[in-house]
Amino acid sequence: MSSTSSTKVDMNRAHKDYCQALKREKIRVAVCAGLGCIVNGALELYDALEAEIKAKGIYADLCYLLEDESNSGCSVVKTGCQGFCEAGALMRIEPADLVYIHVKPEDAAEIVERTLLKGEIIERLAYKAPHSDKAVAERNEIPFYSGQKQIVLRNCGIIDPSDIRDYIAHDGYLALQKALKEMSRDEVISTVIDSGLRGRGGAGFPAGRKWAFAKAEESDTKYMVCNADEGDPGAFMDRSVLEGDPHSVIEAMAIAGYAIGANHGYIYVRAEYPLAVARLKHALKEARDNGLLGNDILGSGFDFDIKIKEGAGAFVCGEESALLASIEGKRGMPRPKPPFPAQKGLWGYPTVINNVETLASVPLVILRGAEWFSSCGVGRSTGTKTFALSGKVRNTGLVEVPMGTTLRDMIFKIGGGIRGDKRFKAVQIGGPSGGCLTEEHLDLTLDYDSLAKVGAIIGSGGLVVMDEDTCMVEMARFFMHFTQSESCGKCVPCREGTKRMLEILEKIVAGKGTMEDLELLDEVAQMVKDASLCGLGKTAPNPVLTMIKYFRDEYLAHVVDKRCPAGQCQAFKSYYIDPELCKGCGKCSRGCPAKAISGKPREAYSIDTEACLKCGACVEMCPFGAISKGDGTKSKEDNGRDG
Amino acid sequence: MSTVMDAEAPAEARVLNGTLHKFQRVNEIIDRHGKAPSNLIAILQEVQKEYRYLPEEIMTYIATVMEIHPSSVYGVATFYAQFSLEPKGKHIIKVCDGTACHVRNSQWIIDSLREHLHLKQGEHTTRDMIFTFETVACIGACALAPAMMLDGEIYGQLTPDKIKEIIDKIVAEEGE
Repeated sequence: MSSTSSTKVDMNRAHKDYCQALKREKIRVAVCAGLGCIVNGALELYDALEAEIKAKGIYADLCYLLEDESNSGCSVVKTGCQGFCEAGALMRIEPADLVYIHVKPEDAAEIVERTLLKGEIIERLAYKAPHSDKAVAERNEIPFYSGQKQIVLRNCGIIDPSDIRDYIAHDGYLALQKALKEMSRDEVISTVIDSGLRGRGGAGFPAGRKWAFAKAEESDTKYMVCNADEGDPGAFMDRSVLEGDPHSVIEAMAIAGYAIGANHGYIYVRAEYPLAVARLKHALKEARDNGLLGNDILGSGFDFDIKIKEGAGAFVCGEESALLASIEGKRGMPRPKPPFPAQKGLWGYPTVINNVETLASVPLVILRGAEWFSSCGVGRSTGTKTFALSGKVRNTGLVEVPMGTTLRDMIFKIGGGIRGDKRFKAVQIGGPSGGCLTEEHLDLTLDYDSLAKVGAIIGSGGLVVMDEDTCMVEMARFFMHFTQSESCGKCVPCREGTKRMLEILEKIVAGKGTMEDLELLDEVAQMVKDASLCGLGKTAPNPVLTMIKYFRDEYLAHVVDKRCPAGQCQAFKSYYIDPELCKGCGKCSRGCPAKAISGKPREAYSIDTEACLKCGACVEMCPFGAISKGDGTKSKEDNGRDG
Repeated sequence: MSTVMDAEAPAEARVLNGTLHKFQRVNEIIDRHGKAPSNLIAILQEVQKEYRYLPEEIMTYIATVMEIHPSSVYGVATFYAQFSLEPKGKHIIKVCDGTACHVRNSQWIIDSLREHLHLKQGEHTTRDMIFTFETVACIGACALAPAMMLDGEIYGQLTPDKIKEIIDKIVAEEGE
């Protein structure tokens, strides 16, 4: 990790220059280039806007603005995720603070002509609440945004993540300068401790205390590691930060490195995130070129550089000791703790591992102080938390709220309620290690302590909303299938226990469960929770346990009544033909892949439920809508036979 | 797969047999990363990119050059989901079966892909080696659920009709 000393940037000077140049930027058009919007044509939209603005002769990028003090104009930048993924492609117009949704490249000319030049709002592109015609273009008045507070995502969606000058103009690297020049290592650590910042990766351990442990270790070599192995299915916060604001993570790692006395850093990032990897590589180069990484950073005598390690697809590597094993090039298997990584980590040296979001909060903690940060949030959960809101909710996307926001606000205000006006059933929080929460928890506040009380965790921040059509038993099976296949196999309780739990759940979903199975499931779950080596096993039973607790009647319906109330489980599905509606055309019989439908022409046909594969093809084929699906109860009534 | 590490033909013997030229590309990759054991995963990733899987003899060769035991290489190659010990198709389809996609019926997408690709249960690669189909835990495109990744590009809000369109397009291109 040698880096020759490059042109040292004078931070105060650079910050002042870039800020002044940006003052002459009359309008900034920020096109969301997050993954969701790219799929919806954001890159084509960006090209179209750039061409239109250039055609009007008002185009001004940062280079042009820096060239001469009299230059001014409109800029257009590609930003990281702006959050409201459901409504992509998105764009923001500053300083008017407008948001346009579902924008297409064809809209570019009109946007430039009417909004940029004349200051008009194009109602067609503005947000409209469900069941309302009122167009709202002001960002702060759109319910999705108005309940949010952005600290981690402060720059995401407004700066150009591929230009370090834009980051510096938005107070970037000022925290690093402050730490290196004005603060002692202990002061940096005590500021982070006082801020109350806790690990956002799941466990919620106070970040500053981790740093203090590592600093206290005497060693010539120490490591600072960023955990960007965001493996929870249903979570994409870390990816969005890395793509939208990579420098904030790099800056924070350098600050942490200074505080604990580490000169080497690693970012362990999922290989499934190619764009994040590319953005990070580019940002690291920019930081090195500006002397913000490498030897003698900002003339302080502190050396620090960062390497990227790409993961290879193993959920367990989100666990600290497994992650370190993976960086060392080994199988990513956890080991017993203590010793903790802060004492003996990478290659046996003291190592601090922080999550992406934890790190992205650090620069503002240093710059604005512990008190500023801890004034946001509730009790022992300070600051904000980002969530990936997905599932059957109307407004899916990336959300950041103060700790202590209620689940109700999250789902019904920011999330806009349930899609298709269906009934809310449950929300899975914290991914496969978390628990599910129900209607009775809607007024629960989202913070570490309140969630722990009901058997759930914030986890990394995935929030998957489920409606009346989601079967909770099938959901439990799904999570168990995930944790079972991701179990590394080192300790017996997790390796065998998750497998047995999965078998029982599969049995119940297949309609073969018994009451003894339910008891056994509960017993095995407790054992896996108590006896597993690492966090994966200790938390794997959470979804099952909370689902049995809150949806026992659904389990009983599967086991005793042999039916699936949500109508989702294949085994309980039954198809039947309404003799009143059937015209006897025979189309279904000819198309049935299992040859399970028989009858005489012009008479009502019937389905042999034993032979039926439950593929549902016949429902699609029937021209008269005579075939319908039951949840297990229907078949009893209509076909007069068991299940 | 249990035969992968059989010692019937030690790597040294093959190297001495003069098949070194075959490993030229692997040598370049190892040289670029360095022989430190911590680079093993990155080296295997690049080798897989080159060959679309990890051939047995190449894993043994890597172990010899890096001076680590072949079982360590095999251990790493079988631990991580990204590595494959079987040849993969030209186009790789990764259907997301993360929570958000699952809730929005990714099973429907999985079934319809299997049907279009004529893959039986347990098969992952088409006979003509054009497609490999796999499910992954999460590609982080939760807001676009159900989603999939085809050769690194994301496709969202999928329906069986969209799947058919995407697959047919590639089949037509490959046919030309």
